[in-house]
Amino acid sequence: MNFSPVNIMGTMPEIYLTVLGSLLFLMEPFVPAKKRSLLGIFAIFALVFAMIATLGLNGKGLPLYQGLYIVDPFSNFFKMVIYLGTILTILFSLPYLEKEEIHVGEYYGFLLFAAVGMMIMVSAGDLITLFLGIELMSLCFYVLVGLKRNSLRSVEASFKYFLLGAFAAAIFLYGVSLLYGASGTETLSGLAQFISNPGALRPMVFAGMILTMVGFAFKVSAAPFHMWTPDVYEGAPTVVTGFMASVGKVAAFGVFLRVFWVAFSSNRDHWSLLIVMVAILSMIVGNIVALVQTNIKRMLAYSSIGHAGYAVIALLNPSRESLFALMFYMFTYLFMTLGSFGIILILRRKGVEGEEISDFVGLNKKNPLAAFLMLIFMFSLAGIPPFGGFLAKFYIFMAAVHAGYTWLAVVGVLLSAVGAYYYIRVVMAMYMKDPVETVEFAPNRMEGMALFVTAAMTVILGIFPLPFVHYIETSLAILVP
Amino acid sequence: MTFLSVPILTFLIFFPVVASLLLLPFYKRTGTDGVVKWIALGITVIEFLLSLSLLIGNNPHLYQMQFVENHLWIPFGNIHYALGIDGISLVLIVMTTFLMPMTILTSWVGISKNLPLFMINILVLEGAMIGVFCATDFVLFYVFWEAMLIPMYLIIGVWGGPNRIYAAIKFFLYTLAGSLLLLVSIIALYFVGGHTFDITRLSGQHYPMTFQILAFLAMFVAFAVKIPMFPFHTWLPDAHVEAPTAGSVILASIMLKMGAYGFLRFSLPMFPDASHFFTPFMLTLSVIAIIWGAFMALAQEDMKKLIAYSSVSHMGVVTLGIFVANVQGIEGALMQMLNHGITTGALFLCIGVLYDRSHSRLLSEYGGLAKQMPVYSTLLVIFALSSLALPGTNSFVGEFLVLIGSFKTHAVVSSLATTGVILSAMYLLYMLSRVVWGVYTPKNYAMPDLHAYEWGSLLPLVVMVIVIGLLPNPVLSLFHQSVAHLVGQMQPVPLASLH
Repeated sequence: MNFSPVNIMGTMPEIYLTVLGSLLFLMEPFVPAKKRSLLGIFAIFALVFAMIATLGLNGKGLPLYQGLYIVDPFSNFFKMVIYLGTILTILFSLPYLEKEEIHVGEYYGFLLFAAVGMMIMVSAGDLITLFLGIELMSLCFYVLVGLKRNSLRSVEASFKYFLLGAFAAAIFLYGVSLLYGASGTETLSGLAQFISNPGALRPMVFAGMILTMVGFAFKVSAAPFHMWTPDVYEGAPTVVTGFMASVGKVAAFGVFLRVFWVAFSSNRDHWSLLIVMVAILSMIVGNIVALVQTNIKRMLAYSSIGHAGYAVIALLNPSRESLFALMFYMFTYLFMTLGSFGIILILRRKGVEGEEISDFVGLNKKNPLAAFLMLIFMFSLAGIPPFGGFLAKFYIFMAAVHAGYTWLAVVGVLLSAVGAYYYIRVVMAMYMKDPVETVEFAPNRMEGMALFVTAAMTVILGIFPLPFVHYIETSLAILVP
Repeated sequence: MTFLSVPILTFLIFFPVVASLLLLPFYKRTGTDGVVKWIALGITVIEFLLSLSLLIGNNPHLYQMQFVENHLWIPFGNIHYALGIDGISLVLIVMTTFLMPMTILTSWVGISKNLPLFMINILVLEGAMIGVFCATDFVLFYVFWEAMLIPMYLIIGVWGGPNRIYAAIKFFLYTLAGSLLLLVSIIALYFVGGHTFDITRLSGQHYPMTFQILAFLAMFVAFAVKIPMFPFHTWLPDAHVEAPTAGSVILASIMLKMGAYGFLRFSLPMFPDASHFFTPFMLTLSVIAIIWGAFMALAQEDMKKLIAYSSVSHMGVVTLGIFVANVQGIEGALMQMLNHGITTGALFLCIGVLYDRSHSRLLSEYGGLAKQMPVYSTLLVIFALSSLALPGTNSFVGEFLVLIGSFKTHAVVSSLATTGVILSAMYLLYMLSRVVWGVYTPKNYAMPDLHAYEWGSLLPLVVMVIVIGLLPNPVLSLFHQSVAHLVGQMQPVPLASLH
């Protein structure tokens, strides 16, 4: 390993966040309990600082540390999304943690470390670096999910997630070791070179690829590796659920895409069928099981499985269309998911979070603004224009048709018509029924700001996405000319 | 042409949407409903007057798109914000803006719950509907087409009858499922038709037959659900019965036309060979819709259901006219669309008048209204006669044109469709005999004759019924060129030019 200035400069954002995150842990004992929110604000500043550092890197796609680490516009795009998502999460967390009485200073430290883990994931140029990133993120998630120490559900969710996550990590690592055994390298470029030889395709390589795919599918909660999702999403503190469902998933998709496009691209004929199966299964499981959920967090968990199914379609073909589709999808998905979890965590019935769909009944009478924002998020998740979710799905279907999978697009649209039912059921509860119980919805300034940003972005991405489209187009140029 | 330095079509689309923000300050305030109604009425009337400028500025001798606007909207995928209208869209836009003030007037007392939100929905819906008729980029069209669902879903679901939630969800899911297949065929067209979503450029091309058939079928589902054609119509009676009067009027008069508009704008010019291939199938479905809808209407006790099934029957005439694909047929279909919009809208308004007074729509609840409400009864008779296509009223022109158009090529189909005219006389006269004539049975509610706002909503429609009935030519000449061009595009391509 060579710690030359170029390498150090390239990883400056990660270094900042690690140092500032550690500082957060050190500062925590000295900050009085009442002023814990200062730590959150400190974390926001740390992220803004890292964001500026990332903007300063004009990524030419040079591999740093002998190819272990890649800083290019593609990874920078995902990093910007991670910063934004984490900042929004912190804005939602500050009041939420107070209300739930789980306001511990370490929370922000874990959040930052999870963000660093994701950044390492999307920048990894080597499977071991990648594994480090995934584990850093996952370990922080295990802790964050179990943050409500007094709640049985939270602890159970944390334990479940930990056990299954450990299995997934082991499977992934086994896949990496098989690939290493076959090729003698674990850098992505080295693997790509090795696999492009016609003689390289031995069962060992296939097994390695399939096992790594299992690891990724677990992280993006695609069926049939989705079993943990509903329980963990339901049990975790809502703000953590929102963070995992949006930012965590975006990062996982970023690395999923890079590994399968860069390293395994030349034998895509051999694995595209698996991706198709994962896509169809996820769309079916996600959209159909969500229909019968009564808990809105579980419903959104199944919806996120469905969305993973749409997003993996973009892995099928290494074209500009696919890459753009996935990046646009992730960008939009971040805002609409965070926003809908934001509404859930602000909504309170007798001081308890409103997690049941029945808690939304008659919301329009009590608080028209909250109902309207939720309407935006729900219609956007259902993929109805003029919201961002529509364009996101539109580009995914376009990628599918471009790749020659028109039939898959047809399956996708039919299942999304099925899926629309559970989203509009929430709208129905809010607008078409009379309130039975009093729910309160009183966002403070931070929550209001975060909600405003997520809702505004969801609308802007559907109506005037031009600047973001430009940004995505420049970011993807490095992978697809 | 511009208005306040905004291009006129953009202005027409976004004026109601932006102006609806004026109603926000009245949200959740009591005692301001009067102001809200007047503001909404003012907005729709201004919109109507502005849309008249399209009639003045339009050149009826051109078949090309006019008032064109074109800006790059989203560079990835070459999606444009492209607007333009020809004669076909022109009449539909003016019909839309003409009917919208009536929908406000008919809600004058009928809607009491959360009035500002209702009016905002109506205005947003108006903008989206005009957008559907103006868009010349396929993605933009689709955005407006789907965006319409949201306000309509709320209008049915929030202000509808007792079974409104079921009806609203059924309406939403039916239309959505149909439309999503349209989306796939739009995307497929993009790749087959040379990386563009421009409707005009996609229309002139010749696609391979298998592609034409598949894409035609996918679009067929979307448009057939909207019209609704025979096996896809089951959402319509539910939605009509549950929707408030304004919702029924918009559904019947404007939204149903969008399916037919889709056939005229996309299916016929883009897939002429597939259209010819499917003509027997489409004609059969049309005739089934005409006869079956009429028989169903005969059996109804609920007046709204009766008119809803009569819509299925009348829209069957429209699809019949479209798929005989000659000038008379298509012009007749367009006339029929326009007239169905006016007449059926008026009939729903009339039912709304009764419902506001008695909260019942059952035929058995009424009788002898001619004595009690003479003016109302006169108008109802006029609209009913118009609906059964009495010569001298508007609907006669359209149905007659369709029937001659179809008789030239498909005599049997045409004769079968004629029975629909007889059947429509049966159910409409039956309705009149139950409601207007007969013995007046006093109930425990007062039945005063028309109020001022009801006059306002019905009188313009009576005038249109008679004016179009007597002088159809000015209307026909508006879209004659566009239809002639469309029929020209439909001609089978000579084999030599294929190579």
